[in-house]
Amino acid sequence: MSGTFVGMPKFPTAAKEALGNAQLRHNLAHATGTIRAKRAAVVGEVDQWEELRLAGAGVKEAALRTLDVQLEKLEASLTANGATVHWARDAAEANRIVADIAKAHDADEVVKVKSMLTQEIGLNEALAEEGIAAWETDLAELIVQLGDDLPSHILVPAIHRNRAEIREIFLDGMAKAGRPAPDDLTDEPAVLAAAARAHLREKFLRAKVGVSGANFAVADSGTLVVVESEGNGRMCLTLPEVLVSVVGIEKVVSTWDELDPLLRLLPRSSTGERMNPYTSTWSGVTPGDGPQEVHVVLLDNGRTNALADEVGRQALRCIRCSACLNVCPVYERTGGHAYGSVYPGPIGAILNPLLKGVGHDEQVDSLPYASSLCGACFEVCPVRIDIPSVLVDQRAKVVDAHRGGVPKPEAVAFKGAAVALSRSRLLGAGERFTGVGIRLARRVGVKKWTDARDLPDAPQESFRRWWKRTDGGRK
Amino acid sequence: MSAREEILGRVRVALSDVDHVPAPPVAPRITPVDDVVGLFAERVADYRAEVVRTTSAGLAAAVAAALPPGDGRVVVPADLSFEVPGAVADDGTFTSYWLDSTAAVVTEARVGIAETGTIVLDHGQGQGRRAITLVPDWHVCVVRADQVVVDVPDAIALLDPSRPQTWISGPSATSDIELDRVEGVHGPRTLHVIVVD
Amino acid sequence: MRVALMVTCINDALYPGTGQAVVALLRRLGVEVDFPTAQTCCAQPMVNTGYLDEAVPVVKTFVDAFAGYDAIVTPSGSCAGSARHQHGIVARRSGDAGLERAVAETSPKVYELSEFLVDVLGVTDVGAYYPHTVTYHPTCHSLRMLGVGDRPRRLLSNVRGLTLVDLPGDDQCCGFGGTFAVKNSDTSVAMGTDKVRHVLETGAEVLVAGDNSCLTHIGGLMTREKAGVRTVHLAEILASTESLQLGATR
Repeated sequence: MSGTFVGMPKFPTAAKEALGNAQLRHNLAHATGTIRAKRAAVVGEVDQWEELRLAGAGVKEAALRTLDVQLEKLEASLTANGATVHWARDAAEANRIVADIAKAHDADEVVKVKSMLTQEIGLNEALAEEGIAAWETDLAELIVQLGDDLPSHILVPAIHRNRAEIREIFLDGMAKAGRPAPDDLTDEPAVLAAAARAHLREKFLRAKVGVSGANFAVADSGTLVVVESEGNGRMCLTLPEVLVSVVGIEKVVSTWDELDPLLRLLPRSSTGERMNPYTSTWSGVTPGDGPQEVHVVLLDNGRTNALADEVGRQALRCIRCSACLNVCPVYERTGGHAYGSVYPGPIGAILNPLLKGVGHDEQVDSLPYASSLCGACFEVCPVRIDIPSVLVDQRAKVVDAHRGGVPKPEAVAFKGAAVALSRSRLLGAGERFTGVGIRLARRVGVKKWTDARDLPDAPQESFRRWWKRTDGGRK
Repeated sequence: MSAREEILGRVRVALSDVDHVPAPPVAPRITPVDDVVGLFAERVADYRAEVVRTTSAGLAAAVAAALPPGDGRVVVPADLSFEVPGAVADDGTFTSYWLDSTAAVVTEARVGIAETGTIVLDHGQGQGRRAITLVPDWHVCVVRADQVVVDVPDAIALLDPSRPQTWISGPSATSDIELDRVEGVHGPRTLHVIVVD
Repeated sequence: MRVALMVTCINDALYPGTGQAVVALLRRLGVEVDFPTAQTCCAQPMVNTGYLDEAVPVVKTFVDAFAGYDAIVTPSGSCAGSARHQHGIVARRSGDAGLERAVAETSPKVYELSEFLVDVLGVTDVGAYYPHTVTYHPTCHSLRMLGVGDRPRRLLSNVRGLTLVDLPGDDQCCGFGGTFAVKNSDTSVAMGTDKVRHVLETGAEVLVAGDNSCLTHIGGLMTREKAGVRTVHLAEILASTESLQLGATR
C-alpha cells in the first residue's frame, strides 16, 4: 500500500523541494521543537547522564565486537526456549521466510508492530505480492499506510502530518482497509487515537500471525524486547498464534543485566519520557501464554558491511531513538523524505552509506554531505555515536570511491588547492593566496553562494602583507 | 554455504581488526531516595494513572472503588491472592473476543520502579497470562509497598528473563500526532494502581 | 612562552582586521606573538569535503610552520577544532609516522582565542571598551568540538560600555558548514535565514562570534536583506579601547 524510496533524487534536490513546502516546515518545526524540550527536561533530571551514555555505548560496543559469539549464543538460547531461528543474508531472503511462515498457516493477513527493519526490507510490499495483507498497527505507521505515504521519521513516521491532515487520511483511508472512521471524526488527537483503536481492534482479535522487530535481543537468555507506547505491540506479540520477529544482527546485547542502561537511555532520548508506556519481553515460547509458535529471523542486509568499517561500525550501536533527528537543523528544515530512506536524519546520513556502500549510487553518496557538521547529533546520542566524525569519514570514502575516473571540477580544485596551500613560501604574497580561495570557490560554486548571500568586500591588503609592511604592527 | 555460515563468516572477517573488547563501564546508580513508595506513587500519577495508597485492611474497599462503574464483567487471575467479589477467574481458555467484552481486570504485580513510575508484570503469581491485562480496557493493579524498588537496575536484578514480562508506565499512550502525548490507544485506557503499605 | 598566531586562511585573505586585533589585544596583555609566514590553512576544507589525500601536504605545511611554539593561538573555533581533532586523522591516513608524531606535538598546543585568554593567560577582563549593544552567536565548533563554554560571554560581559543581549536559539547552527553552504545551499540559506530572524529579534546593533566563516554567511544574508546589523569578530571587540575603535565597519 505504501510507496517505496526507490528512485529518489540526490539530497540537495529533494531538500530544495521540501524546503518549498511551508506546511511541512511548520509541522516539522512544531514537532521537533516540542520533542526537544521534552527530552531536555527528562535528561536534565538524571544527574549522571554522561556516565549512563558511556555505559550504554559500552554495552552495545562490546556486543558488536564479539558479534559472532553473541549471535551463536542467542541462537542457542532461543532454540532452547522453543523458538525457531532463521538467518537471512538480505531483504529478499528475510521476506521469503516471513511469507512462507504466513502461508504455512494459511494466513492472508498479518498484524505488524512498528519496525524500522521491516520497512528497510520492504516486507509489506513483498507480502502483498504473495497475497498477504500486512496491517501496520502503530498509529503513525497507520497514518503513513492509509495515506499511501512514506515514513519521514524513525520514531514518528508521520511527523510531517498535522492533525487536520491525519483526520482527512482517516476519513478517506479507513473505510478501504476495514472499519471506517466515524462520520463525526474531529481532528482532536484523542479522537483520532480512539478511531485508530476501533479500526485496529478487529484486526488484532482475529489475527493468526503477528510480525515484529525487536529493540534488543539478549544473547544469554534468548530474550527479545519491544519498547512501545500504544499497546499495539503488546497486541501483536500476545494475541496471534504465531509470532515472527525480524531482528537485525546488531540488536544483540550479551546479558540481561546489560539492558539496564539502554532501557533508561532510550525512552528519555526518544519520546522524552522517564519510561515508555509499555515494554514487552519474551524468551521463546511460554506454554499457555501468548504465541505458541515463535520464529526469529536474524538479518544481515548490509550490517556486516558497516561492521567492517572501523570508523563507521559505531553506527550499529544505534538504538533508533531519533534524538539526532529531532535536534538536527538540517532535518528540522527538510524533513525525512529528502534523505530517500527509512533511516533519515543524521543517523540515516551515515547508516545508509554504511549499509549500502558508496560509489555506485549518487543518492547514497549525497547523504554524508547532508550535514553542516554542527555536532548537535553527537551531543544527544544516548549511545555516543560520533556522527560528525563518521560523516567526515564517509565523505572521504565517497571521494576515494571516485578516484581514478574522470575527476569532477571539485576534485580538480581541491588538488590544486592542496598544491598551493602546501607551498606558501613559493607563493609568498597574500594576494596569490586569496586567489587560491577564489578559484576554489568558483569550482565548488560561487553562484550557489551569491544567489542569496553577499560576499564580503576584499580588503586593501592581506594580513600577511600588513604584517610584513608594519613588522607586525610595530612600525 | 548456508545463510547462517555466510553471515557468521562475514562477521568474523569484519571484526578481524578487533584485538580487544573493553568491558562496558558500570552504569551509574541514582542517589537513593528516602520515600521510595511516595516517589513511586507520584511518578505513576504523572502518567495520568489513578494511584491510591491503602493498607491490607483497606484493600477490598480500594479495589471495589477502583473498578469501573456499572456491572461489567471483571476477570482476575485464578491465583490472585485476594478476593474480588463477582469476578471471573481466568481458566486460560477465554478467547480474545471474550476478553474484549470484559470490562476490567484486577491483578497483582512483580515489581514497581519508583524513579520511572513503572509496574512490571512477569505474569507469575497473581498476574495471569499476558492477554488478560491487555484486552480489557480497565486495569486495576495492586502493588505491595515492599515490591517497590528505586530504579531500573534494581528491577532488572530481581526479574527473571525466562519469564515473559510487561513493563507498564501509565495507561496506553501515543505521541504520534504532532508529538503531543495522548493517553488511550490500544492497551487499557484506564490504569488504577493500588499501593498496599 | 613562544606564542604563534595562526591567523587562518580566511582571515588572512578577507579579514586582516581580525588578525590585527588579536596582535593588538595580546600585545596589550603583554604577549608578543609571532606570525610564522609559512602558514597557510588548517586543511579543514579538504578534510570536511572528503579530500583526505589532498589534506596531507597542507597538514605537513601546518606542523612545519608551527613547530617549536609553546602555544598557537587562533581567532577561529573551527580551525582550532580542525587542528586538534582532524590533523591526527589526516596524519594516520598519510602513513607517515613522522607526520603523526609532529601532529601529536602541535595539535594540543592550538588554542582558540577565548581559551587562550581565559585558560592560559587567566584573564576574563581584557580592559576593552566597546559602547554597543551586541548579541553573541556561539559557533558550533567552538561550542561542541572545543567546548569553549561560557568563556566568550565572560570576556564580553567585562567589556566596558557593552550591553550583551541573549540570542534566541543561540545553540542552533547558522547553516554555514564549509562546503555545505554551496553543496546544500538551499538548506544552508534556510538555516541562515532563521538565524538572521533571531538576531533581528534581539535588537542588537552588532552580532559577534568567534569565527569569521560563520559571520561571512550570516553577514552575507544580512547585508543582502539590508538588515542593518553589523557582524564583528570577538577579537575586534576585545581589542577595542577608548582610543582604539575596531570593528566599526564591515
